[in-house]
Amino acid sequence: MEKVSLNNVKVSESPEGVEGAGFFATSLEKAVGLARKNSIWPLPFATSCCGIEFMATMGSHYDLARFGSERLSFSPRQADLLMVMGTIAKKMGPILRQVYEQMAEPRWVLSVGACASSGGIFDTYSVLQGIDRIIPVDVYVPGCPPRPEQIIDGILNIQKLVESESLRRRDSKEYKAMLNSYGIE
Amino acid sequence: MEEVSTEEQIVTVLKEKFGGEILSIESPYNFLTVILRPEKIISIIKFLYDEEGYQYLTTLCGVHYPDQKSIVVMYQLHNLRQNKRLRLKIALPEDKPVVPTLTTVFPAANWMERETYDFFGVTFEGHPNLIRILNVEEMIIFPMRKEYPLEDQTREDKNDQMFGR
Repeated sequence: MEKVSLNNVKVSESPEGVEGAGFFATSLEKAVGLARKNSIWPLPFATSCCGIEFMATMGSHYDLARFGSERLSFSPRQADLLMVMGTIAKKMGPILRQVYEQMAEPRWVLSVGACASSGGIFDTYSVLQGIDRIIPVDVYVPGCPPRPEQIIDGILNIQKLVESESLRRRDSKEYKAMLNSYGIE
Repeated sequence: MEEVSTEEQIVTVLKEKFGGEILSIESPYNFLTVILRPEKIISIIKFLYDEEGYQYLTTLCGVHYPDQKSIVVMYQLHNLRQNKRLRLKIALPEDKPVVPTLTTVFPAANWMERETYDFFGVTFEGHPNLIRILNVEEMIIFPMRKEYPLEDQTREDKNDQMFGR
């Protein structure tokens, strides 16, 4: 199937499949991946300046809506993507973890900025030295703070993961072992 | 008649009433600072509150002097009527910093004392709820004491050579 253009609206390319008159067959995995990829609901967990960059990312100029993620979910239960933006103090750690645990599978995590990814300049007793010490992270966005373009790049990388993820991945032993290594049942 | 400044007045009063308690009197940056023995600190502050109009507790905090093996607790009082300020300091031994609570005079000292406990491990006897206020409950150190390094010791990606740790 070719890319269709209707009044300048770009329709995403269809996945590989078998095509004929009046039918198109592909694997369920690919169809689900395509649908999920273009409607990720992010949950912004913004604690500091990276959150300000995120606001710009959501604004009209950078407009994350172009990538299907304009619908923010402020409830973790309906979110697909946890975006952690900013310094996470050790005291905030359990709260972040609880938010992650409340999210339904499949769930992804984007760590935005140096602080969320590694503690950044806050190499100190009170700051968590990277959120990957308490929850698994899918994509890291470097920068202090990263520009909106970088955050969008991070989301596009998340989209790649979402698109190509196997439907059975979340049921696999490896995935459960990975969660167990974080102490999440 | 000679004009006597409030600062000198309060020093005179303190010397009269609590002469034996005063270790030294300084005035760094024109801020009258009286260094006292720790034993009667609460009754001195109570006296300043009742008789001298120092009815506002600006702040209360700790300072660690590892060379002197002491933890200083600093009280900063304000006489709002005359707009005069007074700093009181007491030095406690590093290994057992214990002092009676000031919440009996200033209820506002509650959180300040909790903070001082949290960061310096000073025990305020008689405090209604002496638990950590800012740091995580599981913390086992008093992080503002000099024997504990500032940096997070669990971080593996930074070495001393590259980052001057």
